[in-house]
Amino acid sequence: MNRILKILFVGLIVKPVVLALLGLNVRHWQKLPKTGPAILAANHNSHLDTMVLLSLYPLFQVHKIRPVAAADYFLSNPVIAWFSLNVIGIIPLSRSGAVKKDLFDSCHEALDNGDILVVFPEGSRGEPEKASKLKKGIYYIIKDRPETKVIPVVAHGLGRALPRGEALFVPFNCDVVVGDELSSVSSSRELVTQIQSSYDKLLDQCLTYRKQT
Amino acid sequence: MLFFDSIPKNALIAMISVIAILIIATLIQYLVAKKNPDKDHTELHLRTKSWWWIIGLLFLFLSIGTNAAIFFFGFISFLALKEFLSIVSTRQTDRNVIFWAYLCIPLQYYWVAIGWYGMFIIFIPVYMFLFIPMRMVLKGETDGFIKSAGVLHWSVMLTVFSISHIAYLLVLPENNALFGGIGLVLYLLFMTQFNDVNQYVWGKAFGKHKIIPKVSPNKTWEGFLGGMFTITLTAGFVAPLLTPLTITEGFIAGIIISVSGFIGDVVLSSVKRDLQIKDSGNLIPGHGGILDRMDSLIYTAPLFFHYIYYLHY
Repeated sequence: MNRILKILFVGLIVKPVVLALLGLNVRHWQKLPKTGPAILAANHNSHLDTMVLLSLYPLFQVHKIRPVAAADYFLSNPVIAWFSLNVIGIIPLSRSGAVKKDLFDSCHEALDNGDILVVFPEGSRGEPEKASKLKKGIYYIIKDRPETKVIPVVAHGLGRALPRGEALFVPFNCDVVVGDELSSVSSSRELVTQIQSSYDKLLDQCLTYRKQT
Repeated sequence: MLFFDSIPKNALIAMISVIAILIIATLIQYLVAKKNPDKDHTELHLRTKSWWWIIGLLFLFLSIGTNAAIFFFGFISFLALKEFLSIVSTRQTDRNVIFWAYLCIPLQYYWVAIGWYGMFIIFIPVYMFLFIPMRMVLKGETDGFIKSAGVLHWSVMLTVFSISHIAYLLVLPENNALFGGIGLVLYLLFMTQFNDVNQYVWGKAFGKHKIIPKVSPNKTWEGFLGGMFTITLTAGFVAPLLTPLTITEGFIAGIIISVSGFIGDVVLSSVKRDLQIKDSGNLIPGHGGILDRMDSLIYTAPLFFHYIYYLHY
C-alpha cells in the first residue's frame, strides 16, 4: 500500500464526497478505536461503507485502516486490483470456502502491526438495507489474539445512496453508529450473537431507520 | 476595503450589529459558565459556536456578491432536501426520481440568478409538480405511488421553493441604494431567528398555557404572544432602515414573520413527531439538523417575500 496515495485519495475524494454529497449523522464517534490492534465489525450494504469508515479517521491515521475484502471480487480486474491493493490497502480474503490454514495470515500480520481491520461479517452487500446472516470469520481472526478489540459499527442509508448493482449515486444522509467494544468470547456462535444483538441496538439509534410495522 | 464596497451602508451596519450581538451573547455565556462551573454547558457552548459558523458563512457569501449568495442558499436547499428525504421513508424505485428532484435545485436558483420571476414562481409548483409523477410512471412501480408522489413534491416545495425566496430578495429591482437586496435578506433572517429566540425566552419566563401540547409541549400562548410583541416592535422600527417598508408596514411584517415563523416551527415539529425523531440530523452541533434551523424560515420567507413584493415591487 502506498501511504501517500491513500492520504490523497481519502483527503481529496473520500472526505469531500462523504461530507458534501452524502452527509453523515455520526453517533458515538469517540468509541472508535484510535489505535490497533482492533477490528471494526461493520454491516455491509454498499461499497460506500468502506469509504464512510475511512472518512471518520484523520488523514495521518488512514493508512492504519485496512478493509478485509473478497479476493474473488476485488482482484478479478487488474485496474481494480491495483487500486484496491495500493490505494485502499485492502487485505484480500479468499471466499472459496476451502479451509486453509493460512487463510487469515495476512489479517494476523496486520493486527500484529497495530492496524485496525474493517471486517464485514455479513460477507456480501446483499439486498439494499437488508441484513444478511453473520459469518464467523472474526472469531478465527481474534482467537489467538485476546488483546484485539472488536467494535461493532452500524451504517444505515448507504444502500439508498448507492445500492449493489446500481451506477447512479443519489445523495442521502446516512447514519453511522459506533457500538461498545465486545467482551471476550469463547465460541464463534457467542461472537455472532453478540455482534447481532449489538447491531439491533445500534440500528434503533439511526435517524434514517424506520422499524417495519 | 475593496471587499465591503459593494455592501450597501445600512446592510453593513446591520451586519456589524449582528456580530456585536453575537459577541455579547458569547461573553454572557462564558460568564455564566464561569459562575456555575458544576453545570454542564456543552450544549449551549456548541450552540453559540455553531451560530458563529452560520453567521460567518452567511456574511462571507453575502459580501462576495449576489451570485455567491445565491449559490450559498442553493447549497442550503440541497442540504435541507437531502436531510428531508433521508428521514422520510422513500421507495428504492424512487431513486431516479429523487435524482431529478436534486437537479431542480440548480435550475430553480438559476432562474433566481437571471431574475426570471415568472419561471421562478411556477417552476416547482407547476412544472416539477407535473414532472415528478410522470417520471415515476416511467419506472412503473404503482405500489405506494400516491404517497411517494406526495412526499417528493412536498419535499421540494419546502426545501427548494420556499428557501429560494430568500435568494430572490437579492435580485429584486433595487429601489434604495442604502440597503439593497442584502438589507431585505438580513431583515428577514434576523427577524425570523430573533422571533424563535424571543418566543423561547418569553415562554421560559411566563409560559403557562400550552397551545398544541400534542405537537410541541414547550409552546405556550405567553411565549407566542410575547415573541410577537417584541418582533412587531423591532420589525417596525428597523423596517425603514433595511427595507422599503414604512414603520406601519413594518409592524405588519413583524406580525407576519412572528405568526408564520411559529407555524413553520410546529409544522416541522409534526414531521419529526410523525417519524419519532427529535432532531432531523446532526449537521449543526447544538442545533440538530439543517431543517431544525430552517423550519421557521420555510414559512416566513415566501410570506414576507410576497408581502413586500405586493407593496413595493
